[in-house]
Amino acid sequence: MDSRQKVLGVSGLRTSFFTDGGVVPAVDGVDFDLYRGEVLGIVGESGCGKSVTSLSVMGLVPNPPGKVTGGEILYGGTDLLKLNERKMRKVRGNEIAMIFQEPMTSLNPLFTIGDQMVEPLRIHRKISKKAARGKAIDMLRLVGLPRAEEIMNEYPHQLSGGMRQRVMIAMALICEPKVLIADEPTTALDVTIQAQILKLMKDLNERLDTAVLLITHDLGVVAETCSRVIVMYAGKVVEEGPVREIFRNPQHPYTEGLLKSVPDMRFKQERLDPIPGNVPRPGSIKTGCRFAARCPYAFGRCLEDDPDLYETGDGHRARCFLREGKEAGAYEGALAEG
Amino acid sequence: MKEPLLKVEGLKKHFPVRKGALGRVKGHVKAVDGVSFSVMPGETLGIVGESGCGKSTTGRLLMRLLEPTEGKVVFDGKELTAIGSEEMRKTRRDIQMVFQDPYASLNPRHTIGKILEEPLLVHGVKDPKERKRKVREFLEIVGLSGYHATRYPHQFSGGQRQRIGIARALMTNPKLIIADEPVSALDVSIQSQVLNLMQDLQREFGLTYIFISHDLSVVRHISDRVAVMYLGRIVEIAESDQLYEKPLHPYTQALLSAVPVPDPGFVREQIVLEGDIPSPADPPPGCPFHSRCPFRMEVCKSKVPALSEQETGHSVACHLYPEEARGNDNKTLVTEGSL
Ligand SMILES: Nc1ncnc2c1ncn2[C@@H]1O[C@H](COP(=O)(O)OP(=O)(O)O)[C@@H](O)[C@H]1O
Ligand SMILES: Nc1ncnc2c1ncn2[C@@H]1O[C@H](COP(=O)(O)OP(=O)(O)O)[C@@H](O)[C@H]1O
Ligand code: SF4
Ligand code: SF4
Ligand SMILES: [Mg+2]
Ligand SMILES: [Mg+2]
Repeated sequence: MDSRQKVLGVSGLRTSFFTDGGVVPAVDGVDFDLYRGEVLGIVGESGCGKSVTSLSVMGLVPNPPGKVTGGEILYGGTDLLKLNERKMRKVRGNEIAMIFQEPMTSLNPLFTIGDQMVEPLRIHRKISKKAARGKAIDMLRLVGLPRAEEIMNEYPHQLSGGMRQRVMIAMALICEPKVLIADEPTTALDVTIQAQILKLMKDLNERLDTAVLLITHDLGVVAETCSRVIVMYAGKVVEEGPVREIFRNPQHPYTEGLLKSVPDMRFKQERLDPIPGNVPRPGSIKTGCRFAARCPYAFGRCLEDDPDLYETGDGHRARCFLREGKEAGAYEGALAEG
Repeated sequence: MKEPLLKVEGLKKHFPVRKGALGRVKGHVKAVDGVSFSVMPGETLGIVGESGCGKSTTGRLLMRLLEPTEGKVVFDGKELTAIGSEEMRKTRRDIQMVFQDPYASLNPRHTIGKILEEPLLVHGVKDPKERKRKVREFLEIVGLSGYHATRYPHQFSGGQRQRIGIARALMTNPKLIIADEPVSALDVSIQSQVLNLMQDLQREFGLTYIFISHDLSVVRHISDRVAVMYLGRIVEIAESDQLYEKPLHPYTQALLSAVPVPDPGFVREQIVLEGDIPSPADPPPGCPFHSRCPFRMEVCKSKVPALSEQETGHSVACHLYPEEARGNDNKTLVTEGSL
């Protein structure tokens, strides 16, 4: 594990929204590392804090009402949370880029694709306009767009949804960032177009060695695209590990429940096996395990104490008392502190 | 032999496209372009396809929320496309819809009780006590409680709102429920709760479902038979197991191969289609799929393939079939179980 090169290290991240209705702890102590060249998935249901986690890394949490209230985001030895806006702007796009579910949120309808592609290059790299144009055209070709030269002169509305998503990926990758954060990049697309875009992202990840943080609510997308995955629930990481391990041998009851509740197209199931109850709003559960109200294994202590992340295998951790002490030793210290 | 509850023949909806200050009709969006199928009592027909292929328009045409450009809808022996509006209004108690976003269809200023009483009022249940009793009964049937009747839509989660949407559809004891993406907006853990509820209700009340969705995994789970739509037409229709295990149409094969499967060890040949879906305002001539089809032949560019039965209950609209007609030159193109 140490042979891998860590590009991003998030620890103890806390981000809250200070609203009229009270403080919403959207991200409540999140830790993860992202390694060079890997595709790390973040999966979880709506409102569990996936987008706020990525916005926190990018320094884009809307403030007010949002604020990062704790933790560290290490990128190349620097804590991004300590950078001022001017320095952060240099990181954004150049070092860490982000793509969103809806490409129109990052494409400006008033400018041509070419202008929008060339601008970040001119800001971050001191190259001529001509060289920048050439690079932009290359990038559009790399993401598989036909007639790249013509598209340079077109406006976003002239393109289809799938093409816009490709343009956004090209834009995000044009400065060769080390990290690409993709927040539900295919959720708004049809399956055949989703397959094209996921294939493209995997291809680029391998060819350019970009580390990808892929946020999704779709377990199928995780299984097909990621090497490692983090499962989030109510603002916390509840399980982390290699994708194969987590799907074959989930250690957290929530992950287990999620996997059991999705229909699988390959088989006819008589009945699905849902997780009972509702997805909680962040902050609505104050004590004990956040999942206790819906957990079939919950016992007395689950309602009182907050479980830690316990190691259950190589690089595999789960936030559940049932896993406590399974592979103790290294974690005893952390437990005593918590 | 049992008669189908619903029979649809040659159904079309062409929306006029207007341009300019005079609003002259410049062309037509062929949203639904000659759809035929039937549904037996008690069964679930799934309708799948990518966005814009005409699924929702088909659903609305069946209820005559939209007037068809052409075609016939026969429900329970009655030709809906030939009856007057008063008779149609009465028939609506037998056909109900459930939508993707229940919030949009629940009046935010009305209590759940009032919302659920409304269909009873429309269909002449005059006794307020009887209406209230039915509201409580149906809230419990869909897994909520009688006391929820005094609450407002915003006080419920997405999954609970969909339960309310389903309760509202059930109030008039319908025979047919057309559910248009009923679980698409729900989280996975909640989606499975609602799917189970729909299956239970079907059994309990002998309901017939038309289940519209873009999610192929969900559709396999809930449907007895499945129709695949592309650019306003049905390109394949079969028993659910047949369709998923032995898809015949190149589009169905590509669609199924593109669905992400929640199993990291699963390997398969993915057919990644080139390009985008053409606009229904300007569909390609010949086979609607020919601009993206990896098996396109010369004939596909000019001749529309008709939906024809290849095996019992399994129909496909593609010039590759029947296989005998092609001789043995390209048999290998269609691999069994391309999943
Ligand atoms: N602008 C905002 N104002 C108030 N609360 C917010 C805002 N954005 C997000 N939140 C809260 O943060 C939680 C996590 O949101 P988010 O990260 O977007 O979830 P998801 O996992 O669906 O991406 C939400 O449940 C919501 O309550
Ligand atoms: N009222 C309308 N006027 C014009 N075009 C419409 C209207 N309703 C739907 N359409 C078009 O008809 C096609 C089919 O739409 P729809 O039935 O909603 O597809 P689906 O539900 O499969 O996504 C789309 O191209 C859509 O833009
Ligand atoms: S800690 Fe308790 S409630 Fe939480 S997931 Fe584990 S068993 Fe369930
Ligand atoms: S008719 Fe021709 S173009 Fe259409 S699906 Fe069949 S082989 Fe492909
Ligand atoms: Mg999000
Ligand atoms: Mg629709």
